[in-house]
Amino acid sequence: MELLIFNSMSIAASWDSIIAICIGIAFGFVLESSGFSSSRKMAGVFYGYDFAVLKVFFTAAVVAVIGIYYLDYLGYVDITKLYIHPTYVWGAIIGGAIMGVGFVAGGFCPGTSLCGVAIGKIDAWVYLVGLLIGIFIFSELYAFFEPIYNGYSLGNVTLIDSFGWNPYWIIFIFSIIAIVAFVVSDIVRKKIKKVFY
Amino acid sequence: MNTEKNTNSHIYWNPYFGGFLLGIIIIFTFYLTGRGLGASGAMKSSVVTIVDKVAPTHAENNAYYSQFLNEDETPMNTWLVFEALGLLIGAFISGSLAGRIRWRVQHSPKISSKRRLVFALIGGILFGLGAQIARGCTSGAALSGMAVLSSGGFITMLAIFGTGYLVAYFFRKNWI
Repeated sequence: MELLIFNSMSIAASWDSIIAICIGIAFGFVLESSGFSSSRKMAGVFYGYDFAVLKVFFTAAVVAVIGIYYLDYLGYVDITKLYIHPTYVWGAIIGGAIMGVGFVAGGFCPGTSLCGVAIGKIDAWVYLVGLLIGIFIFSELYAFFEPIYNGYSLGNVTLIDSFGWNPYWIIFIFSIIAIVAFVVSDIVRKKIKKVFY
Repeated sequence: MNTEKNTNSHIYWNPYFGGFLLGIIIIFTFYLTGRGLGASGAMKSSVVTIVDKVAPTHAENNAYYSQFLNEDETPMNTWLVFEALGLLIGAFISGSLAGRIRWRVQHSPKISSKRRLVFALIGGILFGLGAQIARGCTSGAALSGMAVLSSGGFITMLAIFGTGYLVAYFFRKNWI
């Protein structure tokens, strides 16, 4: 079991899996209720007929980053001790680009495909099989992908380390960008022919 | 689609409400565990486990699988696998309450089920491959990365959505 870092309270390690399942239940419930078990709703973000993905995704990111930095400011969380997703520049770009094509082709991402699987979408089951095959291909050809996977590493850096910006300004500007994106998405959606699904 | 019997089944939450709750879950997860959410990690563990069961020597000799194999423990006993099980349960509860549970292939009326399934398979393969190269998917890399302002999280998010918009034209027949 991976070690969990607990702040200001101690919970026995045997609770790890229970906590994981509970967080997963909340995660799955919110994703499904927001319509992410439907590939046609998800794909709408790329064609302008439904921006639920953009709205849910950016609202979640903005709320999370504000909340985490606020907890850090109040002293409940030490942001330097949190796990920062590592930056492998070309891995992120190439991997992200391949995921982008997969997203438009399949209409799901891994988390949302599990939502589709849970409510009986056969396309989600097939997508999940595809995911396993994709991971298998990567692992078997690891020697080929290894230079991108392990190369161009910058370590566990944040935008603050990369550009020397003030975190509060980053969060403020990020929130403004999100709000502008929401407004623009509503304007675009009104102009685009409705798609029923 | 007013012809469908259960019209409620297509009514979803307000996206800002869903996003807000998702943000709170991410904050709670970071607070409690020090790390964010993830989805593709559980699938990686599944692949490692399957390969290890079918061809143990092959798995040990492979430089990728062997990173996740341990003498005493199965790779399924990780936080992300339990989280993914929870995700399935949570989605099932939500789908049950809204009456959305039934076997079906969802696709645009302009394409056949078979075409939808072929593209779902291709999409899954690409996403699985890309998520390994980028060390995480939309949940683990992009969303949880952005929540702590990780540079890699922002790059991954821009790459996923940027490429999505670039190639959307070629896949339009499947969706609109």
